[in-house]
Amino acid sequence: MSIPILTLLVLVPLVGALVASLLAKSNESLVKNVALVSSIITGLLSVWMLIKFPTGSAGFEFVSKHSWVSEWGISWHLGVDGISLFLVVLTGILFPLVIVGIDPHHDHKQYLVWMLVLEAGVMGSFLSLDLFLFFVFFEIVLVPMYFLIGKWGYDQRVYAATKFFIYTMAGSAFMLVGIVATAFLARRDIGHLSFDLIEIAEKSNFGTSTGRWLFVGFVIAFAVKVPLFPLHTWLPDAHTQAPTGGSVILAGVLLKMGTYGMLRFGVYLFPEAAVWAKPVLLTLAVIGIIYGAIAATMQKDLKRLVAYSSVAHLGFIVLGTFALTNQAITGGVMQMVNHGVSTGALFLMVGMIYERRHTRVIAELKGIQAVAPIFAGFFMLIMLSSIGLPGLNGFVGEFLILIGSFPTARWWVVAATTGVILAALYLLWAYQRVFHGEPDEANKSFVEITKREAMLLSVFVAAIVFTGVYPKPMLNRIEPSVKSLLEHVESRSNYKQPEIKVGE
Amino acid sequence: MMLAANMFVGPEIDWFKISPLLVMLGGVLLLILAGSLTPQWKKGAYGIVGALTACAAAVLTALLWRDLGDGEPISLLANALTFSKFTLFATFTIAIATLLAILLTSGFLVREDEDGPEIFALILCAAIGGMVMVQANDLIVMFLGLETLSLAFYLLTASSRSRSASGEAGLKYFVLGGFASAFFLYGVALVFGATGSTNIDAIAASLSKDIVLGGSSAMLLAGIALLLVGFGFKVSLVPFHTWTADVYQGAPTPITALMGSVGKTAAFVALLRVFSDALSSRSDDWSPVVVVLAILTLVVGSVLAVVQTDVKRMLAYSSISHAGFILVGLVAAGHSASADAGLGTSGTLSYLFIYSILVIGTLGIVTIVAGKGDNETSLDAFKGLGKSNPVLAMGMTVLLLAQAGVPLTSGFVAKFGIIRAAVSTESYVLAVVAMLAAVIAAFVYLRIMVSMWLSEGASSHDVSVAFSTRLAIGLCVGATVALGFLPSLLLQFTNQI
Repeated sequence: MSIPILTLLVLVPLVGALVASLLAKSNESLVKNVALVSSIITGLLSVWMLIKFPTGSAGFEFVSKHSWVSEWGISWHLGVDGISLFLVVLTGILFPLVIVGIDPHHDHKQYLVWMLVLEAGVMGSFLSLDLFLFFVFFEIVLVPMYFLIGKWGYDQRVYAATKFFIYTMAGSAFMLVGIVATAFLARRDIGHLSFDLIEIAEKSNFGTSTGRWLFVGFVIAFAVKVPLFPLHTWLPDAHTQAPTGGSVILAGVLLKMGTYGMLRFGVYLFPEAAVWAKPVLLTLAVIGIIYGAIAATMQKDLKRLVAYSSVAHLGFIVLGTFALTNQAITGGVMQMVNHGVSTGALFLMVGMIYERRHTRVIAELKGIQAVAPIFAGFFMLIMLSSIGLPGLNGFVGEFLILIGSFPTARWWVVAATTGVILAALYLLWAYQRVFHGEPDEANKSFVEITKREAMLLSVFVAAIVFTGVYPKPMLNRIEPSVKSLLEHVESRSNYKQPEIKVGE
Repeated sequence: MMLAANMFVGPEIDWFKISPLLVMLGGVLLLILAGSLTPQWKKGAYGIVGALTACAAAVLTALLWRDLGDGEPISLLANALTFSKFTLFATFTIAIATLLAILLTSGFLVREDEDGPEIFALILCAAIGGMVMVQANDLIVMFLGLETLSLAFYLLTASSRSRSASGEAGLKYFVLGGFASAFFLYGVALVFGATGSTNIDAIAASLSKDIVLGGSSAMLLAGIALLLVGFGFKVSLVPFHTWTADVYQGAPTPITALMGSVGKTAAFVALLRVFSDALSSRSDDWSPVVVVLAILTLVVGSVLAVVQTDVKRMLAYSSISHAGFILVGLVAAGHSASADAGLGTSGTLSYLFIYSILVIGTLGIVTIVAGKGDNETSLDAFKGLGKSNPVLAMGMTVLLLAQAGVPLTSGFVAKFGIIRAAVSTESYVLAVVAMLAAVIAAFVYLRIMVSMWLSEGASSHDVSVAFSTRLAIGLCVGATVALGFLPSLLLQFTNQI
């Protein structure tokens, strides 16, 4: 391991941002190229990492660790395992696509600089193995996102951006106190003050109620980020008002920081507390699934509809996470990636519709299939993957979550399954209203998909179909880490996974 | 008569150890004497003298720090001053803040055509007062420092000749500050009555013996309460904060920066000295009161900041909220039984250092935006700054994000230090309240950022900014970012305290 590949994943976009910010504003094409090159390099690095990642490994790979703030026991500690692997790859691939494919319309330089800073922050969050470092990245992401929504968004952008910032920061307030408390309380067991995730998770031995309090502190922050009902109210505003690029990133990777955090910093650090909190979190997840679906059905704005569908989908992921079985968590991790691809693509297409029609109101769109059949075809496929049609990626994740959760969370699964049906309802109904029928005057001139857009969407479609048909390579890499996480949970609590006997 | 004169033995004086004070005093005398005896100097020359003086004091303090090694605290001038890493770091903070504030003031006075020696002499006087306060080992000496600082501030606040608000603010500050000093002095008297000494070490020794002279602990408690009220005024804790917004708004903007940095640091360090050193054995008595004050200050400061429309008033209320945050560090430092009580002290000092730089930088940019006449400080004046002057707006953004405590800025390091101290003494609720108040305060900084970046405005800001002003702001922003990425630059020093 000579090349510190994970450090590069964080630094390359950061350096790109720095270089781009120093270039003249007028030299737009050069700024664009710098942004594109640095994001593509990051993407290639992440793919290279995926290729090099040893299948079947359960531990952290490509670890790089350097002392950062030695006075406080804080280190620059990065590593990747099966749980974070595909999220990192998703981040690496999504950003160049967004940068190349979506036009912010004004102030290109600033937009690209914030995008790259955002990429560095997201990468860092998924790779950090130090609590302090994780918090730094988790929190720093707010700044670029705030500006992306506030400056390039739609009418209510300032309100939405501020709400997003304050909401998330309030959640993080609890987590910061939780992180410091965790480190201090673990000091007794470790012998020195350390913010190292692995060290704390393996060596610490919190009292039952202490662990539960700490867990609550962490989970509040993640629940805001996911967002889990009833802390979700920032999301529809942020999504609807964000520019298309911002929405794609927000849905694609930012929300996953919450669900990923729940696994990595909730379940892994406080196994006993995770088992204890299971019923509450499962209930909130299921409420989120059903509430999100019903709210999505009632939306008049296409983008808001997709935003609420995110609330429902993220509910599924949380359900899988806290069902605490191998299958369910594997499905949850898979669904994090799938949702990023499908919903990212949906937001992209909603953005394309807005570019053409300057409206997202469902009632004003009609009969687009007749004038733009290929466009409609893409939309149909992506929508079906979001619904969870067998053969497409959404199905694999959702099915694994439901089947894996059934032994440990039966009634929650029963309730959650209605969410699958509701998803079909609101998405198909939306499709019917927007694409079917005779196009009226305003929709007659709807432009068919362009070559550039088609190429962009093809990447998403390829991922959707490939994962749907052949999920094995992905599952093989996710599962070992999930297994070892659950072994850790079982060894530190009196929880035992139910044995699943096949063929009885 | 002869006998008495023979009996008097002058204290031994270690001149080098008080050299930062002497240098500052020399600067004051030079500015006043030479300034009044010679015709008007070249533009900015007075400022250069003032800045060099503060710079020399900072360098001397750094040298003294190096020489001290791991030494125990030493008392100087017949036990009037104490000399330790703690006091040296505080002195250094004051010297640096003075330096930056003088740089700002210099550019400001040239712009306002009010250049002269007296303002710089007063700033140095205030700094001397602050240094005496933080080094004092005796409550009477501390009071002398406090008065020197305060009197200089009253004059400085009222120093703008063109704005009537300045005079009004000076008078207001004078009247309320006079009350506060009286409270403080009365508190000193009562503590003296209860313990038989005004010396900090002697008070601590007397109290730790658990014998309250005079047989009444009521006198001691009343003394502690009055001291707390006196300090409460000076560091503007709620409910003693009412003067803050008016004075911050009325004072010339660079002077506001001086008050927010030097004034706050001196008063807080003195507060820390009195409560966590002299009165530490009575922390069970004062701690609950301080906790309540901290929560009130945090919440009221943040909430009132949100509803302001003038940036200087916003920053005034946000400074109140910051004071509440620092008070959390004091609560931690008061847990003398805990092995981690030192974290409270070092956390508080780091916070004061970092906050001083932030507040000077922020108000430095406000000085520029306020324009000639120093009047344009409403939120609307910042509209469109991102377009008309992106560099300035970027600097302001960094400083505001730091004040909000966003990671990779020094503000986060400061907040983390305090939270760490609070958590180490198991004040979890207080830590959470402090963080949530910081979130409310963040809304204030976002409002300013919205004004700069996300609102259209036809403001054309004066581009010709004096070099010294640019230097000061550049140093502040640079330090904010550098400490954010490499907190060790600061922590390696504060950790030794």
